[in-house]
Amino acid sequence: MKSLPSSLTAASLAAVFALGLTGCKSGGGDTIKVGEYASLTGKEATYGAAMHEGTMLAIEEVNAAGGVLGKQIELIVEDDQSKAGEPANAVNKLISKDGVVAVLGEFASSRSLEGGPICQENKIPMISPGSTNPAVTQVGDYIFRVCFTDPFQGAALANFANGTLKAKKVAILTDVKSDYSKGLAKYFKEKYLAGGGELAAELDFNGGDKDFKAQLTTIKNSSPDAIFIPGYYNDVALICIQAKQLGIDVPLFGGDGWESHMLLEIGKDAVEGHYFSTHCLTDQDTPKMKSFVEAYTKRYNKAPDAMSTLGYDSAMVLIDAMKRAGTTESAALRDAIAATKDYEGVSGTFSLDENRDAVKPLVFAQIKNGKFVYSATVNP
Amino acid sequence: MEFLQQFINGLSLGSVYALIALGYTMVYGVLRFINFAHSDILMLGAFAAFYLSPIVEKFCGPQSPVGAILVVILAAAICAIIGTLIEFFAYRPLRGRPKLTVLITAIGVSLFIEFTCQHGKVFGSNPRPFPKLLNDTQFHFGKLAIGSNDVIVLLVTAMLLVGIWFLVQKTRVGTALRAVSYNQQAAALMGVPVNRIISFTFAVGSALAAIAGILYSMKFPAIEPLMGVQPGLRAFIAAVVGGIGNIPGAVLGGLIIGLLETFAGGIPGLSNYRDAIAFGILILILFFKPAGLLGRSTVEKV
Repeated sequence: MKSLPSSLTAASLAAVFALGLTGCKSGGGDTIKVGEYASLTGKEATYGAAMHEGTMLAIEEVNAAGGVLGKQIELIVEDDQSKAGEPANAVNKLISKDGVVAVLGEFASSRSLEGGPICQENKIPMISPGSTNPAVTQVGDYIFRVCFTDPFQGAALANFANGTLKAKKVAILTDVKSDYSKGLAKYFKEKYLAGGGELAAELDFNGGDKDFKAQLTTIKNSSPDAIFIPGYYNDVALICIQAKQLGIDVPLFGGDGWESHMLLEIGKDAVEGHYFSTHCLTDQDTPKMKSFVEAYTKRYNKAPDAMSTLGYDSAMVLIDAMKRAGTTESAALRDAIAATKDYEGVSGTFSLDENRDAVKPLVFAQIKNGKFVYSATVNP
Repeated sequence: MEFLQQFINGLSLGSVYALIALGYTMVYGVLRFINFAHSDILMLGAFAAFYLSPIVEKFCGPQSPVGAILVVILAAAICAIIGTLIEFFAYRPLRGRPKLTVLITAIGVSLFIEFTCQHGKVFGSNPRPFPKLLNDTQFHFGKLAIGSNDVIVLLVTAMLLVGIWFLVQKTRVGTALRAVSYNQQAAALMGVPVNRIISFTFAVGSALAAIAGILYSMKFPAIEPLMGVQPGLRAFIAAVVGGIGNIPGAVLGGLIIGLLETFAGGIPGLSNYRDAIAFGILILILFFKPAGLLGRSTVEKV
């Protein structure tokens, strides 16, 4: 019993200390601090940079128009180097050292699943711009996303294979290193088989491999009507090249991991005629998209892609929620984000459902003459 | 038919591994240590070609054989210089120190090159499209497909193998090289300029790496600073399987790895385990022939 008073003192001291700290956090300065973690370097830097530039543009526009709740927004950015382990460090730093009121990030599902639990534990709302794996928002009620999920995308791709391509036999080539690829392949397969399709062959590769001829030769001999490749653009480009070399002439198709100008630059004529599903295309004819493309091109001297629109939308949804909540207090802010309804974003109009996922249409694109060309919209 | 197609795929992949393994084995043969920076020289060779090719294209026209040969020679020369510099600054000061010290330094050099090149102001970490040095024509025989680049890779590897064998076995430099490999001190006493011979070995090894890097990038036209790591590791194992220090052994090992990997990768349900299968078989080979397929087992003096 002797230790009780001293431990009590320690506890109360800690409480006073903690109060003092939180006092500093919310009262200090006349800016609202928002954190962002992104893969600005490393193997998926193309996506990370595009998203970050979209996010930055949104914050700059809001600040130029006078900020929100009478304050300017300060965006604190952490680079997680596309590496496992780094997102946890980045998010911890943003929350405990910088004292941000909300966190924006990541696009890769495996990294959002690392940062998410930390935000949830600290009750700091997190909005992921582009993580499509369903598990991301299942982490807890403080985690949101402004993109569609893989069950929806997988089903849309299956309908596309059955309906548009009229493919009776599809071969699947999955990246076993990526949660995204495995998830998307699973949801595609379920729906495609249920729709009467047949699997010609199922093969795997490891993301980062360069030689795919072994798998593609087997696939070619199973004579499929189309080949589904749920992978990222850098692998997909090499797969398309080698498929062409082997004389495979059926359509290849995949998900939003294909969307990158690098696919065109590396794949060149080998990616011609193939299809993929994505969030939106930047040549879509909506007023929001037009003004976004104009502002983005002016700011960065280059064209945006779908990932930049998602970065932009994630920041704008957060700011919209701050306005409606009238405060940056975490519970009120969380409720306001959750109440986002019929929000007109650049990437499309969407609402957040009870699982905190965006319900929004998906777009199919075909590669024609070295460009992504709009081919169809699928509504949820 | 499928078997034959996979055989062609494997042969073409294996011959690139063989070419990389030649460089590992040459340096090992002379200095008895693994130059881990070899795989990064390969990457530097690919990047040298990436920057040289638009310049050469201006003079020789796009995809001309003369231009391609010129790019390869220039890139090989650049890498030969880099290789010699690495030897001079990193390994020469450690001559006579324990082998482990040199080995750890080699790993350090490798990491230094990789991370320097990943910096945004050097090459950056994004993959870049490798320019088409030669037009890759595909020949189709029934269901079989063979690319002209695959044939070129095979021919270049065969030519370099013969060339290196000739250099080591039939020339004056080669005799000196073998003398240094056999006994450095004795060779020095006989008037062999040991340091110059070692520099020469690094120059040849690095030039081989550059050529291998360019051929690898012609097959897989996306280059980035870490592109050498995976083929480098495979080629290192190929050199060990063939009997490290043995020149034909390196080529044999490379071909075996390429073929194993391709056949394992083509099996549905097992394609996920292609490396596990390939390397499992290699462990078996080493279990029965610890010195490698063509290596002679020597008794280490303790």
